[in-house]
Amino acid sequence: MRRLTGFNIIALTLGFAFLYIPILILVIFSFNESKLVTVWAGFSTKWYGELLQNQAFLDAAWVTVKVAFFSSIIATILGTMAAFVLVRSGRFFGRTLFSGMIYAPLVMPEVITGLSLLLLFISIGMPRGVVTIVLAHGTFSMCYVSVVVSSRMASFDRSLEEAAYDLGCSGWDAFKSVTLPIIAPAVISGWLLAFTLSLDDLVIASFTTGPSSTTLPIKIYSSVRMGVSPEINALSTIIIGIVTFGVLTVSILSKRAITRQRLAERAAEQH
Amino acid sequence: MKFSRSLLIGIPYFWLFILFLVPFGIVLKISLSDIQLSIPPYTPTLDFSEGWAGFREFLSALDFENYIFLTEDDLYWKAYLSSIKIATVSTFFTLLVGFPIAYSMAKAPDEWRPSLMLLIILPFWTSFLIRVYAWIGILSNEGFLNQFLMGFGLISEPLTILNTNTAVYIGIVYTYLPFMVLPIYATLEKLDGTLIEAAEDLGCTRFSAFWSVTAPLSKPGVIAGCFLVFIPALGEFVIPSLLGGSETLMIGKVLWEEFFSNRDWPVASAVATILLLLLIVPIVLFQRNEQKQREEGQ
Repeated sequence: MRRLTGFNIIALTLGFAFLYIPILILVIFSFNESKLVTVWAGFSTKWYGELLQNQAFLDAAWVTVKVAFFSSIIATILGTMAAFVLVRSGRFFGRTLFSGMIYAPLVMPEVITGLSLLLLFISIGMPRGVVTIVLAHGTFSMCYVSVVVSSRMASFDRSLEEAAYDLGCSGWDAFKSVTLPIIAPAVISGWLLAFTLSLDDLVIASFTTGPSSTTLPIKIYSSVRMGVSPEINALSTIIIGIVTFGVLTVSILSKRAITRQRLAERAAEQH
Repeated sequence: MKFSRSLLIGIPYFWLFILFLVPFGIVLKISLSDIQLSIPPYTPTLDFSEGWAGFREFLSALDFENYIFLTEDDLYWKAYLSSIKIATVSTFFTLLVGFPIAYSMAKAPDEWRPSLMLLIILPFWTSFLIRVYAWIGILSNEGFLNQFLMGFGLISEPLTILNTNTAVYIGIVYTYLPFMVLPIYATLEKLDGTLIEAAEDLGCTRFSAFWSVTAPLSKPGVIAGCFLVFIPALGEFVIPSLLGGSETLMIGKVLWEEFFSNRDWPVASAVATILLLLLIVPIVLFQRNEQKQREEGQ
């Protein structure tokens, strides 16, 4: 099974080329001198400069970061709690409904989620703006967080926690000093996922926002409909750069954590 | 302990109940209500103070007018059918593109695998909107694809791809590819290589060994991947609105326009309710498949 044939190499090369060439073209043309996105006219960073002077984009970016920050914190706390409930709580009244509500938002079309949340906010007379987007994003992201965290929790050794109880820890102490450090990589990647999902969301934010708070995807969407522009390429490149940096950092850190854990386990076995 | 347990269950439960389940009830209610100059609060409203009589009055004011409207205008059922068609075709193409990638990843040396996984997942983390946007510059008449093909003399005049269904297919295959690759890779990775060796020892060619051993064993991953692409593709909005043209009819786009352009909220709610009903079938099938796999795994 472990022999790459010519076919495999071609499949991988073409596959990754298909995934990365569009992104690469976008990044390259963000440094294009010309206003035309498809004609190369020399290297320039002027679109980044214009972007930094475009107040509408800066305001939208600020709103987006605020929303992503608060909603991802809410999503991480609620999602981790929900993961505990899914993995640990055994049977309770309405368990099927609970797990249904955790998994359903993952497959629900965004137009439906957005519309239903908007109608809720209108029904209870809540003014729309940053707060309503935070609530909406927190809700669908918590489901992603709970899936990530619960898969990690399902695979960890509970006797470690029991040992902590035996040594006199209270529930909260055991959680803080044993459980949380073990599930931390999953909680961090859950948080990162929630954060990027929020940064990325166009549809739900469009439904749940008010006139005064425009997020970056809404802004990008409305300018893209006017046509392709090098400014949007520059903005996209910045976003791609930040996300790539974040994902790589987390994956390197979690890889290191796993290696360290393995080393510790090996050391423990030798004693 | 008892108290903290119910708090632990109660908080996320309550949150999802209020912000996920209740909104669907509201959508359902509004889909059965009359349009009153498009201004909330839409009759009928439930009057709690009148108790049972109020509830009966509430029920009697509901009707299926909006649903009847949907059946009368052929735009809507055409949009549903066209969404199903677009989702089906693009799921098929995603499988066609994704399977060889997943298969080759599973055959790659162990030390390559984490990097290959990261390479597949990384685009999934980067913005969906930006990845769709990237294709506008590639597929347009003056775009890179046409420049490339004309540069090599393969075509003499530019192909019109942007603003057609073809562009929508490309967009869906591109953005949902990780959803297809990852589950197939996960099943193929667990596949026992000795089975293929045995098949080859018994006289199979490499190709027939693939069809009689690898293909049937990868079925659970293929099924999971197809659902993971089909379900979100059915309600897709961003891809048809940016890459599709006037011929592209998808229900997510219709719902959006019904809501934001026509401001007809009861009809938008009815459209959403039917889309939800349509989605229940693949979602239930998907969950059954997952359940079966879990049972077989144990």
